[in-house]
Amino acid sequence: MTAIRPVEGTGSRLVRQARYHLPAVVVFFGVLIVWEITVASLNLRQFILPKPSVIATALNAEWSIIGKAAGNTLFEALGGLVIGVSAGVATAFAVSRWGRVREAILPIAIGASAVPIIAAAPIMSIWFGILNPFAKMAIVILLVFFPILVNVVRGLTQVDASALELMRASAASDGQILRKLRIPNALPFFFTGLKVSTTLSLIGAVVAEYFGGSSEVLGRVIVQSSSRLRFDITWAAIVVAAVTGIVLYLVAMAAERAIIPWHASQRRAEP
Amino acid sequence: MPQPVVAISSVSKTFATASGVGTTALDRISLDIQEGEFVSLIGPSGCGKSTLLRVIGDLTAPSDGTIEVNGKPARQARMDRDYGIVFQAPVLFDWRSVEANVALPLEIKGMSRTQREQRVGEMLDLVELRDFARHYPYQLSGGMQQRVSIARALALEPRILLMDEPFGALDEMTRERMNSEVQRIWERTGTTIVFVTHSIPEAVFLSTRVAVMSPRPGRIVEVIDIDLPRPRNEDTRESKRYFELITDVREKLRGGHNSADGSGAGSAIPSAGRTLAEGSVG
Repeated sequence: MTAIRPVEGTGSRLVRQARYHLPAVVVFFGVLIVWEITVASLNLRQFILPKPSVIATALNAEWSIIGKAAGNTLFEALGGLVIGVSAGVATAFAVSRWGRVREAILPIAIGASAVPIIAAAPIMSIWFGILNPFAKMAIVILLVFFPILVNVVRGLTQVDASALELMRASAASDGQILRKLRIPNALPFFFTGLKVSTTLSLIGAVVAEYFGGSSEVLGRVIVQSSSRLRFDITWAAIVVAAVTGIVLYLVAMAAERAIIPWHASQRRAEP
Repeated sequence: MPQPVVAISSVSKTFATASGVGTTALDRISLDIQEGEFVSLIGPSGCGKSTLLRVIGDLTAPSDGTIEVNGKPARQARMDRDYGIVFQAPVLFDWRSVEANVALPLEIKGMSRTQREQRVGEMLDLVELRDFARHYPYQLSGGMQQRVSIARALALEPRILLMDEPFGALDEMTRERMNSEVQRIWERTGTTIVFVTHSIPEAVFLSTRVAVMSPRPGRIVEVIDIDLPRPRNEDTRESKRYFELITDVREKLRGGHNSADGSGAGSAIPSAGRTLAEGSVG
């Protein structure tokens, strides 16, 4: 179901995309400039709000530490994301297969999405060991599992009644109904859950790190630099965390665009 | 009389309600439909015409009575893929191109790719949408989408085509064009068609017979033979016989709908203009 896009006209598409993104780019750099000028002219103290140029300098100087920390944090986030999403999808298939199980589990899953799971981070550290990256992954798994479960179950079960009748009138087997109707119907729901989960995974990993563990992770860099009042490093680590989160989200979005170009939410991208 | 394609004998359907008292949607309905016929079920909203269609197609089970299709129970006919079905909404799959939508029943049956491609091509020619084979449903107009769904319903050469108010969501101009299209397809394929509608002109224009239904409980009040010559075209829509038949159906509908004010209606034959203006019920 992959969309194959024509190669010709790539140039004009690039131009169109550039034009589309231009306002956001202008606003982004505008904010940076205003920030720089405001901090300088108001003579704000470094620990209140460092200038963007100071943050950039800190990022450059401390890159060996921040870069390594970002890699470790990304590993926890991605590992948790992959395991949590897989488990969520697998459970969704099992749950939507049996109506009774669904009725029992879905309210709990929806409730669990509202629980501040991040608060369980110290417990995970005790269960899996404070230095074990899996303790952080476990938090990420718990965070992403429920939104994926709830969304995929909805996608698999909220199928147009007429479409089901059409399949029945064609004497389709349950397996055919699953493959040809329920799964394609669930894909947009899955991507909604996945996009939420990419953001959650990084938040989960960074915040879980606040509670202790290896010091070569973004969460510890943020905690330790701020306790030493080196807020320029804190800000630099936050910027790296933010960029990592945005990149994860963009990857999920690109996958969505490639896999479900037919869906209403994607049609703006059509020529 | 040869064996009918559809034999409905004293079929009733009762729906359970919250109060425990069942609602009777269909009350002892009997109707035989012969090979190659075009039978319309017409009646006001809630008369059970869609329920009857769904009972014929084994999409819902009757509470009482039997349905035989090609001499076998409706369930067996469904498993043998004797039905094609068209709903009021086109029910196309967004993720499939036009040709892939038409190919769906062929895939379900397990037909080989080459056979599928040939059959899909024939069907798209039939509904004159070959140029749109690679389009996606959202790129088509409502009328075109419904033609795709007709092509899909006919792809397996079903013995019987069930159509549930297929043009109810279309504007009047498109509806008339689609009626001519359905007539052409019916004449070319010879498929037996059961057609649910609440448009009197549509039923009269298309059918060999019109079964007029009354609501609560749903009964067939009368079956009217439509003896208009074929092929039917724009001239048919302006012929005297056409208006007479429309009037006939209207009076039967009114009589079945409410016998209290229906008694005097029979003598007052409405003018052709009025008939057209009031040509829809429900």
